[in-house]
Amino acid sequence: MSTDIIIHDKKDNVGVVVIEKITPKQDCKCWIMENDSSVNIQSADEIPLGHKIAMIDLKEGDTILKYGHDIGKVVKAIKKGQHVHVHNVKTKKW
Amino acid sequence: MEIPKSFLGYKRENGRAGTRNHVIILPVDDISNACAEAVANNIKGTIALPHSYGRLQFGADLELHFRTMIGTGSNPNVAAVIVIGIEPKWTKRIVDGIAKTGKPVEGFHIERTGDIGTVMKASKKAQEFVMWASEKQREECPISDLWISVKCGESDTTSGLASNPTVGNLMDKLEPLGVHLCFGETSELTGAEKVCATRGATKEASDKFMKTWSAYNDFILKEATDDLSESQPTAGNIAGGLTTIEEKAFGNFQKIGNCKFVDVLEPAEEPKKGKGLYFMDTSSAAAECVTLQAAAGFNIHLFPTGQGNIVGNPIEPVIKLTANPLTVKSMGEHIDCDVSKILSREINLSEAGDELIKTTLKVANGRLTCAEALGHREFVMTKLYRSA
Repeated sequence: MSTDIIIHDKKDNVGVVVIEKITPKQDCKCWIMENDSSVNIQSADEIPLGHKIAMIDLKEGDTILKYGHDIGKVVKAIKKGQHVHVHNVKTKKW
Repeated sequence: MEIPKSFLGYKRENGRAGTRNHVIILPVDDISNACAEAVANNIKGTIALPHSYGRLQFGADLELHFRTMIGTGSNPNVAAVIVIGIEPKWTKRIVDGIAKTGKPVEGFHIERTGDIGTVMKASKKAQEFVMWASEKQREECPISDLWISVKCGESDTTSGLASNPTVGNLMDKLEPLGVHLCFGETSELTGAEKVCATRGATKEASDKFMKTWSAYNDFILKEATDDLSESQPTAGNIAGGLTTIEEKAFGNFQKIGNCKFVDVLEPAEEPKKGKGLYFMDTSSAAAECVTLQAAAGFNIHLFPTGQGNIVGNPIEPVIKLTANPLTVKSMGEHIDCDVSKILSREINLSEAGDELIKTTLKVANGRLTCAEALGHREFVMTKLYRSA
């Protein structure tokens, strides 16, 4: 039952940390809400509660998917397990 | 859970029901605030609603001012109203608008009398009103008398994961019982606008939504000097893990569950198409949005927060819920309903929705919200453009 990361949709390439923080090289349990399935991932960074982790390697220009929808573009390459936030992702709106 | 079919509310002259029984002292304009506050200080049990505008406005902006003033006085959470303005004409217009509900309302103007004389006259009437209102008793009202507005604030990713979907779950369960529902926040649907448009109950509602959102977006594109990255998402949103406006928008949108909206309302416009969900064109700033929804007649508000927004409203009780365990721990005095156990998977969304329904009914029946107990009475008029 214990979950470290929640993923909204099976199409998503990011998950959300739901414990106080995860530390580098931590083996994390992820729960995919949409189809009630589980996957595992090893973190590469320290990531606090509510922040996102990359579930796959992402290159510049890739689209971040969350809720199964486009929430922005990658502006700096991100490795699987790394922290995804304003330092490597930007809106496509403005 | 079996949902209660009724709550204890105050029945009003026009058939609506209130969850509160306020007597308000409503200033027409900024310079009448001092007088309104003096009356509320004299007469215990009344509240003044000071605000910043009401002079030299014109056109659609002035219409919105009147709609907000008249709507606030007409809200069923208000038993009676004293209106105080600098001059008689606009004061009378607001009094006449509120009087259509059948509730006691009286206007006073300051010119040719001064503050002290006006405070004396208005205080005598306010005393009469509050003593009359204090005799009102709560009576059993059908749950369909609840008009529930929603708005989220200081959101983070826990909002989109849990507290906003909890509100969505409540909407899915209460909508079939005939309640009125309202969501807004035009700007914070940016990125999810096309998905939101598909949730119109009719093509007309969907088209009206896209027209409203596009008008907002055109304004932003015209006025923005660089981009909105300093404002949307906010610093609090970013600290909580939200990265882009699109991510915030999809989280925001979880609040309406699977409901479809029947119509799109102007700011502070009263819904006219019966029960169901409405979208209102509002600012995404918390106090502005809740003030507009209260002015449209909504009598109880649900406010999911991530990092801990603390907003309240003078006439519409604002119920806070959060799924962020750090917010529960550090700001517990602001949280009416803790749904953080969704994240640890100790409860599911439906159980959280049931908890929120229970909290909503307790507050509808009279339990004070955290924001009421802490004295949050943010009353903020929306201004569309500069004055004449």
